Amino acid sequence: MVAVAFDTAGKAAVEAKIRAADIAERPVVLARLMGWSEDLWARQAPPTYPCLIDQGHEVAERYGMRNVPQAVWIDEHGRLVRPVESAGTYDMVPHMDRETFEVPEEAAAHGLEVRNAYIDALRDWVRHGADSRYVLPADEIRQRMSGPRPDDVLAANHVRLGRYLYTQGELARAKQHFNEAVRLCPASWNYRRQSMMLDADRVGELNGGEDFFAAFDANRQYPYYPEADLGLAEA
Amino acid sequence: MSATVLLYDERETTLPGVEASGDALWLSASELEQATGWKLQSEGLCRGDACVGVDPAWRDGEDRIDVTAFARHMDQPITRDDNIWAFGESVSARHDALFSLEAPDFTLPDIDGVMHSLSDYRGKKVFLHSWGSY
Repeated sequence: MVAVAFDTAGKAAVEAKIRAADIAERPVVLARLMGWSEDLWARQAPPTYPCLIDQGHEVAERYGMRNVPQAVWIDEHGRLVRPVESAGTYDMVPHMDRETFEVPEEAAAHGLEVRNAYIDALRDWVRHGADSRYVLPADEIRQRMSGPRPDDVLAANHVRLGRYLYTQGELARAKQHFNEAVRLCPASWNYRRQSMMLDADRVGELNGGEDFFAAFDANRQYPYYPEADLGLAEA
Repeated sequence: MSATVLLYDERETTLPGVEASGDALWLSASELEQATGWKLQSEGLCRGDACVGVDPAWRDGEDRIDVTAFARHMDQPITRDDNIWAFGESVSARHDALFSLEAPDFTLPDIDGVMHSLSDYRGKKVFLHSWGSY
């Protein structure tokens, strides 16, 4: 397992998530939203796999990842066996109470179903490799992917500039480029979410503010967490 | 002294004494190689297995090469903020890389600054998972 954080603020943004000072302080509602069982929550273990930091959203660009968490499966030969997909998530935001972030029982239950189905599929691949029914044929993978548009590579270039300017302390100029990236590539929730969290007092925080929900409501035509299609591969 | 910053793929190069001339950015052969990895050889500009013939219009009387003209020939996106220039990969290069189904390689640091490449894990299955603090 390799995790990549698309966080322009780098270590400052992710440190509390990878090396939490006090995991017990995390709100219970987060555990429910993430579908963590009591057993999983009780473990409260830091990650033992590489957690990499991608300040320039490079992996997002190369793989066409539009939101987090998304994932790809790569076999021993370095080949994709599934395209980019929501990694065990589904779109709970429409069901969420915007003050408490609680979701109704039915939504939480469906979230847990989606999460468990994805993890079971992943375990099946780990166990059976190329023989796993979740490994997709090449044609199917390509059909499920979409290639970059000219505005997408231009957006990535603005993120390239924005990241550099941010690291030079040029926050206002950095924001201009992130905002331009959002304008050029409105389907990227990574760019949109990142653009709202560059100010020093927001770095590292989960955005549950009015700006997030306003952006979510205004951009419903761009899928947030489309559920992964785990239908069986053709024989 | 004026300087230009070139962001080319994952490279970040500061070139003292280099200034834009309108939309053109003239670099010596050594500056070009340093900033982009493209080396001027008898066959043209070469990087890895690829060589691209040099259009005379890309060269000036001082044997410099206009990197923006070269990038436009390669269909690369070019973005500029004052003296900072970013050159990305073309749509076709990105598309071909992804649709080959060979997982694009990358090299990134972990929280301790240790660099990891995807290719380090060749021979193992990789679940490549993205997240963000936001």
